[in-house]
Amino acid sequence: MASRPPTLRSRPLTLTYEIPISKTHRFWNGIKEGKIYTTKCKKCGKLFFPPVADCPTCLSSDIEWVELGTEAEIETFTQVLVLPATFQNNEPYTIAIARLKEGVRVLAWLKDAKLEETKVGMKVKLAPKVSSEGMLTYEFLPI
Amino acid sequence: MRKVAVIGVGNSKFGARQDVNLAELAFEAVKPAYEDAGITGKDIPFVALGSAGGWYEETLPAVVAAEYCGLTGAGLVHCEAACASGSAAFATAYLDVASGHNDVAIAIGLEKMREVDTPTILELIGRAGYYFWEFHNFGITFPAYYALHATAHMAKYGTTQEDLALVSVKNHKYAAMNPVAHFQREITVKDALESPVIAWPLKLYDCCPVTDGASAIILASEEKVKELKIDTPVWVAGLGYSSGSANLTNRENYVGLTAAVHAAQRAFKDAGVSPDDIEVATAHDCFTIAEIMAYEDIGFCKKGEGTKLIREGQTEVGGKIPVNIDGGLKAKGHPIGATGCSMIYELTKQLREEVEKKQRQAPLKKYIALAHNVGGTGHYCYVTILRR
Repeated sequence: MASRPPTLRSRPLTLTYEIPISKTHRFWNGIKEGKIYTTKCKKCGKLFFPPVADCPTCLSSDIEWVELGTEAEIETFTQVLVLPATFQNNEPYTIAIARLKEGVRVLAWLKDAKLEETKVGMKVKLAPKVSSEGMLTYEFLPI
Repeated sequence: MRKVAVIGVGNSKFGARQDVNLAELAFEAVKPAYEDAGITGKDIPFVALGSAGGWYEETLPAVVAAEYCGLTGAGLVHCEAACASGSAAFATAYLDVASGHNDVAIAIGLEKMREVDTPTILELIGRAGYYFWEFHNFGITFPAYYALHATAHMAKYGTTQEDLALVSVKNHKYAAMNPVAHFQREITVKDALESPVIAWPLKLYDCCPVTDGASAIILASEEKVKELKIDTPVWVAGLGYSSGSANLTNRENYVGLTAAVHAAQRAFKDAGVSPDDIEVATAHDCFTIAEIMAYEDIGFCKKGEGTKLIREGQTEVGGKIPVNIDGGLKAKGHPIGATGCSMIYELTKQLREEVEKKQRQAPLKKYIALAHNVGGTGHYCYVTILRR
């Protein structure tokens, strides 16, 4: 084996972004209340997930917040075993995309389900969650 | 729009290239492209450089590469379209010449991915979608994005893990014959099936490697082709591009990439040809499932019948439509921003019948080739049709 070619180590840089959430505040607050809210365009009636403050179809900013139901059906899923840098302390996790009864889709972790028992078409429920570190999120759970 | 031809191509060796920095890597592709066209940097008034970046130290890769390759002073732009950045640069250079604004332009695809560790690469590519809604809380990785498509394709069409392995075996076979490829060895279906799971159902051999590489393409107008006495110009016959939603949840389905369908339709319309006319193709096989979906999205077969092509060996040399006979992203390697230009490099070599090993030269009658380059998970797509 050839030895590794010489390299020069760059100056290290840690980046953290402060992401504005003023316009989706209701969504993140809803999680703390145990609810999942999203937006609907009052002009064209389109329901969104993830929530948006401006309708890309009719360009109206006249939107309303509505509460989403919990019933969903899995359209596809994967289990992630090789994890990215900021998830190195996690156990492998299952990510699913499920369609809610209202028609919108959500991507989230599927918890408490074995991979071999997880199937396309499986019914799950969407649940808001505040993690032990205080992170606001949401997850799917088997019914 | 006027006719534009590829008149010079160059490609660095793909691989783990800790022996060169970003600019030196670009030089390895640009110098052979100059020599191939019989011109130098002084003759090129416009440069489009494709690179996704973020994993190397330079913020402005275009200026760094242009200076090192003797292109300072030319009009310069850095194009980003994720894994299709090279195609975005090619399209930009093509449009500059086709519009009549310049007679010659160069597209450079460049990526240096191995200066950071694998978890960092997985993090940065995982963020390439919609960080806020799909990565922040859920840590989705790029293999996982395509695994979601594999699961859906398997559930709907009965695609199996063995089918996916066949794509990897085919592409490794041709990479072993390609001197610029990252991997120079064949693998078996058993090797692929027994490799560790990365994001179920995708395993190590379903995934392209993390690769450093550069590729360069020089384009010229018909007048310039005559002036330079280029003996085998390869003409850009059609170009199509499209895009898909940032959120994967806002896609139509997970069994194909709508952006690829639209880009291909536009390219075929532009070129006035159909999928049956294509005699050799490069398809975006960042993961094995992506190659099967590409067969269907381009129209080499009906939706859901991609597995039939791979099972029957129809995408091998001598088959109905040879695909990725340079090793593909899977085994030639996928230096993200370089891939689009490297596809054009390979197809130019094919159309000129200049491939180093006869066993991987596609038989040609019509001399029509197609490059399909996807950025992100169908976030961007570019389809280019070339004709000798």
